[in-house]
Parts: sequence; structure tokens; C-alpha cells
Amino acid sequence: MANVFSGLSEKLNHVFTKLTKRGTLTELEIKQAMREIRIALLEADVNLLVAKDFVNKVSEKALGQAVLKSLSPTQQVIKIVSEELTELMGSTNSKLLVSSELPTVIMMCGLQGAGKTTLSGKLALHLKKSGKKPLLCACDIYRPAAINQLKVVGSQAGVEVYEEGVKNPVTIAKNAVKYAKQYGFDTVIVDTAGRLHIDEELMQELIDISSEVKPTEILLTVDSMTGQDAVNVAKSFNEKLEITGCVLTKLDGDTRGGACLSVKAVTGKPIKFASVGEKLQDLEPFYPDRMAKRILGMGDVLSLIEKAQEVVTEEDARKLEKKMKENSFTLEDFLEQFEMVKKMGGVGDIMNMLPGMGMGKLKGVKVGEVDEKRIERQKAIICSMTKKERRDPSLLNYSRKNRIASGSGTTVQEINQLLKQFDQTKQLMKQFKGGKKRLPFM
Amino acid sequence: MGFFSKLASSLKKTKDKIADTFSRVFSIDRIGEEFYDELLDALVSSDLSVNFAMEIVDELRETMIEGSVKDKDFVVQTLKDTLIEKCSDAGEFEVEYPTVIMMVGVNGVGKTTTIGKLANYYKQKGKTVTLCAADTFRAAASDQLTEWANRSDVRIIKHSEGADPSAVVFDAITSAKAKGTDVLIIDTAGRLHVKSNLMEELKKMSRVVEREYPEAQFLKLIVLDATTGQNASSQVETFDNAIGLDGVVLTKLDGTAKGGFVLSMLSENCVPVAYVGVGEKLGDLEEFNLEEFVDGLF
Repeated sequence: MANVFSGLSEKLNHVFTKLTKRGTLTELEIKQAMREIRIALLEADVNLLVAKDFVNKVSEKALGQAVLKSLSPTQQVIKIVSEELTELMGSTNSKLLVSSELPTVIMMCGLQGAGKTTLSGKLALHLKKSGKKPLLCACDIYRPAAINQLKVVGSQAGVEVYEEGVKNPVTIAKNAVKYAKQYGFDTVIVDTAGRLHIDEELMQELIDISSEVKPTEILLTVDSMTGQDAVNVAKSFNEKLEITGCVLTKLDGDTRGGACLSVKAVTGKPIKFASVGEKLQDLEPFYPDRMAKRILGMGDVLSLIEKAQEVVTEEDARKLEKKMKENSFTLEDFLEQFEMVKKMGGVGDIMNMLPGMGMGKLKGVKVGEVDEKRIERQKAIICSMTKKERRDPSLLNYSRKNRIASGSGTTVQEINQLLKQFDQTKQLMKQFKGGKKRLPFM
Repeated sequence: MGFFSKLASSLKKTKDKIADTFSRVFSIDRIGEEFYDELLDALVSSDLSVNFAMEIVDELRETMIEGSVKDKDFVVQTLKDTLIEKCSDAGEFEVEYPTVIMMVGVNGVGKTTTIGKLANYYKQKGKTVTLCAADTFRAAASDQLTEWANRSDVRIIKHSEGADPSAVVFDAITSAKAKGTDVLIIDTAGRLHVKSNLMEELKKMSRVVEREYPEAQFLKLIVLDATTGQNASSQVETFDNAIGLDGVVLTKLDGTAKGGFVLSMLSENCVPVAYVGVGEKLGDLEEFNLEEFVDGLF
């Protein structure tokens, strides 16, 4: 699949081309940017109304906000969007509630084919691993062989399955809880049949099961590939059953998973787990930040932006600024800069992040790779110098350079190149000195 | 009875609960930017892809003369005509006997249930049907298929769980040939299209059919869940690239999802929609009808 981020990023870049010279985000630019964001959200299957709401909220936040010096306006907007998305999706909360009176009952519900039975097995294994003694309860009496499926899943997880064949599911659930009490199971996972949220009769059945066994957790299983309809489904289930949380399934596909945002927005309930594979152990806590990036389709790029902020702290930037003013920038500082670059994930990635360097433009050019090798060699050169030499490069005569060359496995020419580059940087800094211009990512 | 009319009863009860986006669109009296924006939103709400919805709106903009929307019927008709025209090039889904139908799709879309209904559908047409339980991965999948085979009283060929699915296919073909079965329907395990090893497994099964039964028509149908969103196109594309698709079965249309992605799909690649699933009973399968489907959107 095409990298959607490059699309969104480019569109936003286009919106912001005029902005780069100014300091804050204006209303018109925000409006244009938000249109792109809205489309990106829709393409990720976020429900229309949820997307609209969200975009309004973000516009308010973004308006008048100063653009961080380290980021381009595009990155700034994406950062706000991503933070808001993360916040909206809640914190990482994979803790299952435990009832004060054992056994704790967990009831699974959802549409047909959302993955309830497999998920029940995964949860059972998860609980078993964390020292619990779960019991699976087969209440899907409608789908052919559903009980068998749960039995197989149960045996794979090494968890006992309670079943009574095709009988009233309310009675089965009630008896399962009784059985659990009798034989010392601390958790009962009730696997129910998949049903349409508009099927009054079957929804009533869930309500009946729920009022009979009083589950501590009612988990709505949501297929992460669900489209616009996710809100209707989540709303109905929540209204009828007062769910306690959601679980996203099939996240190992290439869906952007916007449905989870819709579900969270209409129910307000936490997303507790994400199911990410065919095997029973493929169950993960839900990470809102990762999901935000996925919805926006931007993979690791955002984390690079974050890294840039992390690595180049305000303090670092101030220190460097001071050095510039005093004109006391040394090879040691130069080395420090290399370290920062490395921490941020290499030259290639950083180039991509710089304003005006769209991801597309650099694709296929191996500039990053070459430069990184060169930086490694330059680091080696500086490291082979004495402290005195690093502070005062004018000390470097032919014999010293020879020593450094053999110490760092480089040549005298390379050392000369580095010194030239250092001089140029210093010259450049003189220009910045006093002016308001700053070096990239500082 | 068309599938949408059949659905009308089940949809009625929820109609007041679910925001009717299109009614909002037509509450705008003038055709202007606001109208087109709302229309775009409404189309996207039915899971049409954003690009396709934009295309439709642009087209409508060209045919419409700026002015009053008082004549709602005219606008709706124009919109429907535009949609139908854009989507009618996908070709027909035709079956020639003997035929082998292989059902593929991601997990949980309703492959096995659809096969159960298809078995009944062809049996009603007076054809002999054999089912092949080549989903040897999911727990109890072959039990589920057996249950369906019993319901419509057709033969089933199965192996034990964990067996090589291609081997089951091979046996089923041998049996179908020997018995002179008209329709052999192969159930495959649900697989996410991004898992290349599982897609390879599917290719292998496909090769077995081509090699062992060249005289039969070989149709590969992808099953898509109507509740799916924009990911559906990625599913179709990947499965099509791997084995070449002949048709789509759209399931779970009895819910509140509209499955609008089918229209984007029909306009882009030429895989026709063969059947739609509208419930869990044996008879809840219909042939796809574009006009009815488009009608159902509004």
C-alpha cells in the first residue's frame, strides 16, 4: 500500500508553503489543513461525525499556536493531531477489572465474525499466564460448531470449557458461574454468539445473560477493519449492555483502524486489548499512540519528530546558542552534534523531516547512507584527537594529523576535509550570531 | 423479492435511531457548495471511498444546473444514474457447469456460512453439489461446514484438522469428477491478505484445481463483509493479484452497514459482485442487483 503519510504530508506542505516565513498558524491555513486531515481520517475509516468533531477540536487547539522552531508547520499540525488522537483514545489500560466476589465474569459480545471465540481463547491464555484460573463458557448455540471451536481453542490454551450443548444461553451462563464457584475458578469468560446490533431478540438475550451473571467486564469485540458502521454497532451495544471496554481484533492486517476512534468516541469506554495475530498468544495491550500514528498513516515519522524534540532539549539549544555568540564553538561541540544526529536516527531520516524536503524527493537517493558512513569516520577522527587539539584545531600540524589518521583509520585528506567543514560551520554560525535564524532542528 | 425489500422490515426498526445522512443532504434548499459537501459526506458515510465519492460529486456538479433542490427526486435520480453508470462495466458473473468455486477472504467475513447458502442455492437449481472443507486451520471449521452440508443435504469431503488444504482439494476434485458433481465449492481458511505465506498456500490450492480439473470452470470468489470500511479494496486487490478473482460475495447486508465500498470497487476494477448475503438462514442469499443496491443506499 502506498504510504498515506507522504500524501497527507505533501498536501499539508502545500497548504503551508506560504506559512514557513511566518510564526503562527492562521485561521485560513488551519481550515485548509483540517480539510486534508478530515479526508485522511475518513480514508482511515473514522466515522464522519467523529472526524468532524475531532477536526473542530483540533482547529481550536492549533489556532494561534506558535510553530515550534524545530518543526515545520506541517509537522506541527500533525503533532497536534496525533496528540489529540492519542488523548482521545485514552491511556494504555489493559487491566481487566476484578470482581470482589469471585468468580469475575467477563462477557464477550459483538457482531458475527468479529473474532469473539478466538479472542475468548486469547484472553483465557492471558489470564492463565498471569496466574488466574479461568473457565471458558460456550454460549454461542447458534453458529454451527461454535461450541466445538471454543473447545478446541480452550484445549489449545489449556483452559477448561464449560458447555451444555444447544440450550438456553442464559441458563448455560448461570450454570457456568455455579460450576466455577464449585471448582475454584476465579474468572469465567462467557463467549456469546455473534449478533447484529439491530436484532432485538438476540440483543435481549445478551441483556438477560448480563442480568443473570452480572459480568464485571462486558467487552465489545470490534473488527479493526470495520468502516463507518462501527459507530452504530458500538452505540447499540453500549446502550443496551453498558459495555465496560472494547477489544480490537485483526490488527495484524493493513487496515488503518479508524473504527477504534469511532468506537471510543461514541462509547467513551477504554480499548483494553488489541488482537494481532493467528496464534493464541497474539494479544497485546492497546497502545493509543501507536494507533494514532496508524490512523494517520505515518508510521515512524512522528516518532522521529518526537525524538528530535527529545534529543535536542531546550537546554542543548541554549548552550549552543551561547557558544555561537561567544564564538567558542569547538570540535567537541561538533562531535556532540554528530551524536545528536545519530540519536535521531540518521541523516537520511532527518533530511526527510526537514521542512521543504518531502519524503518523495529523497527516495532512491542514497545520500543518507553515504553521509552516515562519513559521519562515522569524522567522529573517529575527532575522537582520535587530544582534548587540547579538539579545542584548538590550529595546533594540528602534519605530524599530528598523521597520528590522528592512523589512530582513526582514516587519511590526512579526510582530516583536512573535516577541518574545512568545521571552519565553514563556524563561518555559518557567525552569520547566525545576532540574527534570529537558527540551525535546523535546534 | 429483491434483497433490499426483504431487508426493509429489519431496517425499519432502527431507522429512527440511525442518523439518516442523506435526508440532511436534501434538507438543504439550494444546490451549492454546502450541498455538495454534505453529499460527499453522506456518500463517504456509506463507506464509498473518498476518491470515488469526490468523483461522483464532481460529475453531479457538471450535470446539475445550479439552483433549487426542491425537486429532490430529480437530484436523487441523477445521482443514482451516475452511480449505476459508473459501476456497470464490471461484467457479469456467469457459471458454466461443471464448475469449481473457491471461496476466499479475510477472517470472519462469513465464508463458511456463504458456502452453506450457496450449496442450497445450486441445489435448488437442480445441480449436484459437493463441498470441500479446505479450512483445516480454524478450530472446528470443518464441523461447521459439515453442519451446513447436512442442512442442504449435499456431500462433503474433509480431512482432519491441520491437514494440508491442497490435499483436501485434490481429494475433493477426484471425488467430484468420479461422481460427476456440477458444483464443487471449496472452503478456505480466512487469512489476512498481508500474510504472504498464507497467500502462497492459496496459490498452491489454486494450482491444484487448475492442474487436476482443467475441464471445469474455475471461479474464485472473494467474500467481503459489508461492515468493512476502506480496507475492502486492499483485500480485493491483494487476493486478485495472488489468484485472480472472478467475483465478490457481499455478506452481512442485513445489518446497518451499507457496503458502499463495493461501488468504488466496481468502478475501479472489473470484478463483478455475484451474490449478497442477507442473513444466517439457508435461503438468505441473493443474486446481486446493482440498481437495487444503489437504491438501498438512499
